[in-house]
Amino acid sequence: MDIPYTVAVRPDTGLNNGKIAIWLFLASEVMLFGALFAAYVMLRVGSTSWPAGATYLNVSLATLNTVVLISSSVTMVLAWASLVRRDFSRFRLFLGVTILCGLVFLVIKYFEYSAKFHHGYLPRTNTFLAIYFTLTGLHGLHVIGGMTVNAWLWGPGSALWKTDPAHFTNRVENAGLFWHLVDLVWIFLFPVLYLL
Amino acid sequence: MVTDTAVEHAGAHDAHEEALGFWRRYVFSTDHKTIGIQYAITGLLFLLFGFTLMMLMRWQLAYPGRALPILGKLFGEARMPGGTMLPEFYNQLGAMHGTIMVFLGVVPLAVGGFGNFVLPLQIGAPDMAFPRINMASYWSYFVGGCVMLASFFAPGGAAQSGWTSYAPLSDIATAGQTWWLFGMVFLITSSLLGSINFIVTTLQLRAPGLGFFRLPFFVWAQLVTSFLLLLAFPPLEAAAFLQLMDRQAGTSFFLPSGLVVSGQVIAATGGGSPLLWQHLFWFLAHPEVYVLILPALGIVAEIVANNTRKPLFGYRSMVYAVVFLGFMSFVVWAHHMFITGMGTTMAAFFQTTTMIISIPSVVVLTCLIVSLWGGSIRFNTPMLFALGFLPMFGIGGLTGLPLGLSATDIHLHDTYYVIGHFHYVVAPGTIFALFAGVYYWFPKATGRAMSEALGKLHFWGSMVFMNVVFLPFFVMGLAGVSRRLYDGGASYAHAQHVLQWNQVSSIGAWCLALAQLPFIVNFFWSAFRGRRVGENPWEATTLEWAAPSPPPHGNFPRLPEAHRGPYEYSVPGSDRDYTPQWEPAGA
Repeated sequence: MDIPYTVAVRPDTGLNNGKIAIWLFLASEVMLFGALFAAYVMLRVGSTSWPAGATYLNVSLATLNTVVLISSSVTMVLAWASLVRRDFSRFRLFLGVTILCGLVFLVIKYFEYSAKFHHGYLPRTNTFLAIYFTLTGLHGLHVIGGMTVNAWLWGPGSALWKTDPAHFTNRVENAGLFWHLVDLVWIFLFPVLYLL
Repeated sequence: MVTDTAVEHAGAHDAHEEALGFWRRYVFSTDHKTIGIQYAITGLLFLLFGFTLMMLMRWQLAYPGRALPILGKLFGEARMPGGTMLPEFYNQLGAMHGTIMVFLGVVPLAVGGFGNFVLPLQIGAPDMAFPRINMASYWSYFVGGCVMLASFFAPGGAAQSGWTSYAPLSDIATAGQTWWLFGMVFLITSSLLGSINFIVTTLQLRAPGLGFFRLPFFVWAQLVTSFLLLLAFPPLEAAAFLQLMDRQAGTSFFLPSGLVVSGQVIAATGGGSPLLWQHLFWFLAHPEVYVLILPALGIVAEIVANNTRKPLFGYRSMVYAVVFLGFMSFVVWAHHMFITGMGTTMAAFFQTTTMIISIPSVVVLTCLIVSLWGGSIRFNTPMLFALGFLPMFGIGGLTGLPLGLSATDIHLHDTYYVIGHFHYVVAPGTIFALFAGVYYWFPKATGRAMSEALGKLHFWGSMVFMNVVFLPFFVMGLAGVSRRLYDGGASYAHAQHVLQWNQVSSIGAWCLALAQLPFIVNFFWSAFRGRRVGENPWEATTLEWAAPSPPPHGNFPRLPEAHRGPYEYSVPGSDRDYTPQWEPAGA
């Protein structure tokens, strides 16, 4: 049985099924991170002393990571735009760069984490480090999740391009929307944890 | 719109369905009807299991410290030495009763079961928008349920900090609490997948002609419910992560500085906030209350319209009310926290929003009651349960008002009055509506009707004993008996004059269990031996009754088209007292 509007848009809503679903999913993600940011505010307001981010964290590495992640959002859009222009090899190139940027981000994050552990800064050290590790850890899981989806679309998932290019383009667009959210969450995390 | 290709497709799918093996057809099925039935049966089993936990607790409450005859020995020395329940085991039963009833029983049955089975049929869709995600949703729920059940065998037993898992108690509880948190993560994933699917299906797969104000009220209720699940559950997931960090990584999100446990200051950095857990928990759990009640209102609306043979009174007002209720349910959560010391400004805000949210609830209930006016009512089993729902839900709702006002809540907070209030909403309220739904849609799911005689026996037994169980709670609560006492208040001077009600309530609970036997017999007997019925045995108007009973894979042999609103009963000038949505005008 064929489910209607998986690729074509429904005239009265102007959207296909996947597009609505991904936006709903993003809304729930906003609520997830929103709750954690709210928890951050409540913990910080209730605390007697709160360290400046730079006391524990490496601001320059995080700035570099911000640049890496924003660049990956740009290449993600370019990957999707290449598909719209029916240029599959450029799509592969740009999506590959996006995945690599994700990898670079995680490697830098790994060095940050191990430096903390090396100095004995653990989640249990204080509430600031606790929320730092929780927020960046959960964000890191999202980066891995987004990379997994992108890697699948880069590799085996791209077989759909040959049979149903419109459907494949939609999938890349939706994966891109998720990747932008991952990027956006970091853009909030960076000032909140490192600068404020 | 019917085309030849659509008919050919339907034929091809029948052949395809035959080709699917047993596992793909009945176990790992992507068909919304099979998934709905899987959800419903699993949910009913969990309801029975959660009820069994409570029947054990009711023994301890009625006869504190007395050994449970015969059965008591089965639970082992770690739980009931010599048949007498240990306080730790009592706490496990209490926490898991709440968790199982809410997250594994009522919601999966109301949303996963009825939503999955009925919603696509009512909007004339061939299936859900994402059938495989739908299957993943059920199996995620199933795994979550197994984790919860397995937690009883964790070292120290299952979670025992109440279904609310209040910190800091839950932070320092035994391993069962970690299992509880993992179980919740699976359940949250399940409801996330389900709610996205429901919303997309409702928006995208409506039959031609089925505009939003031609949707049955049940679909509206499920749509609003899905938004609540989608947006309210993630904060609980965040809270679960934070609590996992507290328990596993030694953080202090919910542990205040200088926390003393058993006379010792515990080794933790402190600086956390127990109130933070309550805020995050109730941000989910208040909308969750409406997740429990909205599908029930939807089911009752369908059955009331069908059996009064009249259009629903104020259908549009009900739709607006239920949407408004959905919005408001996100800004009332702290009325569960009036006596936590969060301050009078907060209390004033949340008691105001709480009074406001009671208005749409009253609008919906009033519309349902006024719908009965002047109807030629058919008193069949689903209608009896729906009629029973109205006053029971009314009692539950009205007894909530004193709890929503911060001054009266000081006396009533955390007493048996609260238990009475929300059980009236959920047990003789929602669960009656769910029973009504089972009797109403059973013929659609199986092609056979349930027995009316057994159904009426089930209804009257349940109606009487539900009240025997729950009415005494108001008396005990007003006397100030706290809800979480292992001995039911026996060691408290102020509870002495109401203690006898514990026994009344307990005997009521055991009789209520007996009253469910006709239902169990009826369910299985009717599934195989019940009277065969056609596609529209209730002479109803909504689209699910246009499909064959039971509907095949793909649901409709010809895709239906909606020509009118959902409740065109007793239209003047018509030769029948119902005009189905799918019949073209002038036919």
